[in-house]
Amino acid sequence: MAEKKITLEQVRHVARLARLELSEAQEESLRADMNEILAYVEKLNELDTSGVEPTSQVGEFGTPMRGDQVTNRPAPEEMLANAPSRERGHFKVPKIIE
Amino acid sequence: MAAAELHRLTIADAQSRLRKREISAVELTRACLDRIHAVDPKLNAFLTVSDKEAIEQAHAADRRLAAAGAPPMCGIPLAIKDIYCTRGVRTSCGSRILETFVPPFDATVVAKLRAEGAIFLGKTNLDEFAMGSSTENSAFGPTRNPHDLTRVAGGSSGGSAAAVAADECLASLGTDTGGSIREPASFCGVAGIKPTYSRVSRYGVVAYGSSLDQVGPFAKTVRDAAIVLRSLAGHDPRDSTSSSRPVPDYERALTGDVTGMRVGVPREYLVEGMEPAIENAVRGALGRFEALGAKKIEISLPHTDYAIGAYYLIATAEASANLARYDGVRYGLRASAEDHIALYERSRAAGFGAEVKRRIMLGTFALSAGYYDAYYLKAMKVRTLIRRDFERAFEQCDVIVTPVAPTTAFRLGEKMSDPLTMYLSDIFTISVNLAGLPGLALPCGYDDKNLPIGMQLIGPPFSEESLFRAGDAYERSGAFKPRRPAL
Repeated sequence: MAEKKITLEQVRHVARLARLELSEAQEESLRADMNEILAYVEKLNELDTSGVEPTSQVGEFGTPMRGDQVTNRPAPEEMLANAPSRERGHFKVPKIIE
Repeated sequence: MAAAELHRLTIADAQSRLRKREISAVELTRACLDRIHAVDPKLNAFLTVSDKEAIEQAHAADRRLAAAGAPPMCGIPLAIKDIYCTRGVRTSCGSRILETFVPPFDATVVAKLRAEGAIFLGKTNLDEFAMGSSTENSAFGPTRNPHDLTRVAGGSSGGSAAAVAADECLASLGTDTGGSIREPASFCGVAGIKPTYSRVSRYGVVAYGSSLDQVGPFAKTVRDAAIVLRSLAGHDPRDSTSSSRPVPDYERALTGDVTGMRVGVPREYLVEGMEPAIENAVRGALGRFEALGAKKIEISLPHTDYAIGAYYLIATAEASANLARYDGVRYGLRASAEDHIALYERSRAAGFGAEVKRRIMLGTFALSAGYYDAYYLKAMKVRTLIRRDFERAFEQCDVIVTPVAPTTAFRLGEKMSDPLTMYLSDIFTISVNLAGLPGLALPCGYDDKNLPIGMQLIGPPFSEESLFRAGDAYERSGAFKPRRPAL
């Protein structure tokens, strides 16, 4: 597989992609864990998979069709009930556009 | 049976006694609630107990049971893993990030059981977002094994397994992505089935690895598991992955007859480091199947060794996408922050535990630019090879028998410092999820420490009837006598 060792810089890059704030200690321990787990999964390279189709789903799926009808009722109060912050029937978030 | 002992009933017994009006649903529910209040402080199997709602539901069930034609699950007290959305009852997923989340809707299977008049006693403990094999990753403390309080109940559905083993409920629901029903069933000495992928709707069940997740019951007997599964299974327009195949009456398959059944034994499953008591117990069970008229056949699943590696790339990749929704905006924990990116990053940092972060990181990495082909795509190709192993094996046999896990319940804390060792607990269960097959766990012995040992029966897609028939025949043969934990 591509890289044997994950660097701290890579850990920080992945954490940014995953929207996770990490302390320095967490970055270090995740680097160690990820290296150990990725070293273990290197094992998959023992297998020649050229010409093997990937399996992303198992089972017997088509694309089930249904009528284009509204089946849920509007329930704004229920939808907002768990909001950590709300104002006048909306979810409230920090300012996004200056 | 004294009223105080009613919590020990099987569903099959309770159904008949409820219908004859020998007992009421209220008496049965009270017995379970009393049992929960007596023993759960030692176990921590429940995160929420719904005393008041459960008694109200029991009164309603008694009114339905007074007339003929009450549905099968009417009046049966159940525990539900705290990863199923339950209308009006907190659903935490064992996570700080959902500590105060109260869903405005029921998961489809919860709605189906509710419509049948089942009683919901409460919500059970789990590894955070079902990520773990011991329930030690719960933000609300681990569940203890009813057979030995110094040991884990297994995971991720440890609370649901322990609740059944301790007679706190008649049956419970779990979820299984890599072994999360079967491993805790084995550790706690109860029956549990992961049905065929797509057999049961996952709508309203919080997603972990969507191509692997499946819903299933824990029960005191194989028969009870068959009864519950019938009420869960079937197509759901809200889950487009759910199969529209008709649902059989699984209980009718329990004929006790396994004559001529071809039982496959994979040679790769006798791994190094497996406890001898487990090997002996499973060999004993195989001997019993032969005595009952089944035929033992040696088979090979040559890619077994690669299943854990493939699983931890596929499951974490799917988890990293599924858990992106926890952003502190619409529900769940929110950390204070001056801009929206910091809001996401800090809310997720504060809300997720260490194992969840580890898996999100690993999955995000496996999907990231430059690594997708080497890791995620490679794992999906290996998944194909594992699936084919089973297809070939089922040309030779009807059911495969294996241990559920290479060890019995381990000590609390024993594997927490080493994620990889913990992952290896699932070595016998994980390939079943990768291949989308049904797997039934049932007890088949004890080790020298009096800890339960489980065997796993694996079948081709939609062969739940054969698995139940074989498991029930074994159970009824009296080969193994279950021991109630002393609590």
